[in-house]
Amino acid sequence: MGKAILEAKGISKFFHDPNTIKVLDGISFTLEKGEFVSITGKSGCGKSTLLYILSTMDTDYEGDLFIDGQSMRNRKEKELARVRNAQIGFVFQFHYLLNEFNVLRNVMLPGLKLGVLSEEEIEHAAINKLKILGIENEALKMPNQLSGGQKQRVAIARALINDPLIIMGDEPTGNLDKKNSEIVFDIFQELATNYQQSLLIVTHDQEFAARTKRIIEMEDGRIIN
Amino acid sequence: MKLKLLASIAISLLLARWRQTLVAAVGVTFSITMFIALLSFMSGLNAMLDGLIINRTAHIRLYNEIQPSSFQPIEHYGPLENGHHFIRSIKPKNDRMGIYNSAAIMETLKHDKRVMGVAPKITTQVFYNVGATDLAGVINGIDVDAETKLFSFKDYVVQGNYIDLKNTPNSIVLGKGAAEKMLVQLGDVIQISTPKGEQFQLKVVGFFQSGLQEIDKVQSYCSMQTTQKILGESNTFMSDIQMKLVDINMAPAMAKEYHKVFGIEAVDIQTANSQFETGTKVRTLISYVVGITLLIVAGFGIYNILNMMIYEKMDSIAILKATGFSGKDVNAIFIAIALSIGVFGGLLGLLFGFGLTALIDQIPFNTSALPTIKTYPVDYSMSYYIIASIFSVFTTYLAGFLPARKASRIDPVIIIRGK
Repeated sequence: MGKAILEAKGISKFFHDPNTIKVLDGISFTLEKGEFVSITGKSGCGKSTLLYILSTMDTDYEGDLFIDGQSMRNRKEKELARVRNAQIGFVFQFHYLLNEFNVLRNVMLPGLKLGVLSEEEIEHAAINKLKILGIENEALKMPNQLSGGQKQRVAIARALINDPLIIMGDEPTGNLDKKNSEIVFDIFQELATNYQQSLLIVTHDQEFAARTKRIIEMEDGRIIN
Repeated sequence: MKLKLLASIAISLLLARWRQTLVAAVGVTFSITMFIALLSFMSGLNAMLDGLIINRTAHIRLYNEIQPSSFQPIEHYGPLENGHHFIRSIKPKNDRMGIYNSAAIMETLKHDKRVMGVAPKITTQVFYNVGATDLAGVINGIDVDAETKLFSFKDYVVQGNYIDLKNTPNSIVLGKGAAEKMLVQLGDVIQISTPKGEQFQLKVVGFFQSGLQEIDKVQSYCSMQTTQKILGESNTFMSDIQMKLVDINMAPAMAKEYHKVFGIEAVDIQTANSQFETGTKVRTLISYVVGITLLIVAGFGIYNILNMMIYEKMDSIAILKATGFSGKDVNAIFIAIALSIGVFGGLLGLLFGFGLTALIDQIPFNTSALPTIKTYPVDYSMSYYIIASIFSVFTTYLAGFLPARKASRIDPVIIIRGK
């Protein structure tokens, strides 16, 4: 290991409405390849805000962010979209699948957008990802025909489709029951150990966090541990 | 590849709300249909009304005006040093009505490339002798073939055959109103007297109806030869030379030119009938305004539906952006949705518009004023279809522009966080 794929250098953020509040205060840390890291902390400590900055979706911050050794500051919106497309996979609290497309197509979309592989190859890759997650039989169903746990697994498959450098999760188990949370965690664990997948998961589920390899604990916009 | 992907997303968003999409498309269809039908009908009417004048009026008319000489003998003396001449009560001298050197002028005009056709004409006052009374009338001596070719003379002969006028010597086509007053039938012989008092007998071979009652009561047509005989003139005599031009807009300039070259009076259609052009312009303007208003209303419909769609699909837009679709891509998707509504609705509108126009074309429209018109007049000009399609694409693009921009600016963080 040892190669830093994501590096935050003194990231600070302010909310200006209605008063100027410092939500993040000089956050610096490094994430290495194959690491399974969780960020925990109380509600309002700024962990989701940090995640959105790290994911390049929020560009209004101070400090610098390096993904794969490249600075993400002063990039055009289109370039950032490309970075998200190729190097970052997302899993949110809510699954955010497009109801207009079937499961397979949902998984394929970011791959089609990337446009490196042909449609057949992407389809093949998508079925492989669904197999890893054990839901290849649901490939042709529509998202609203699936259970909550299955939807979340489809969302993970979608995050994996472009073989991203890092998977980011914002409370990925927040909406799931105990059993499904367990399944999702096992999947993450498997990805980290078997596939050397880096993961950065924001959660306030202490049990979930305790089982990850490294925990970043935050309080009032700072890393305390 | 990328376009195909964006198109497939646009299509599935469209199909997901196909009912609203359909309503929006129907709005466009309706407005395009009405736009085309309205303009075709309006310009058909315009063409008909203009035709009433233009078809029967020469673009340029050359004639000899009986007027006092503009050059008086005293002017040979040159400008006076210590005075000024006043000549009162100048009268025109007994000049002849005919155009001098008419054959040569005709020949020159026939070789002028700007002139589409030339028709000679003799106009003379006559009296129709009906028993003890005389009815005032006008006889137009015409070259039947040229008159038919240039001024659709044939269309206005409502009874009898127009060509008999040429083939039967001493024949006349009587105005319908005059014929009714005289109670004559086809084949009857009527007697007329000329201004000089000579009497002449003519066989009625047809009736003429222009649609303007005042004209039909007095006007009649004879062939050139017959008229020359009535007036006792030579076979080169003519009082007017009428011509149609290739380009009607050149009439005023060419009239001036002929006036100078031939030294006779020349009047162009624009000067003689300045009122009709204004009417045409106003009618066309009104129909365009109504048509464009319809399209704009349809545009608002599309705007509403897209806005609604964006609120509904906020999550989808957010996730598309989170997974690597740029604002430009999202913008393209919504513009594509708007345009496909416009193109689809517009195409149907063109078809329905053509159908409705064809339907209007079938509705009977009989009026005694217009003997040649049997159904409502329409104009199938391609240009309305082109304008309509351009406008439908343009308005739908405008309608899609703001919602698409809004969608492209959606911040995924806010949406995803809001849950």
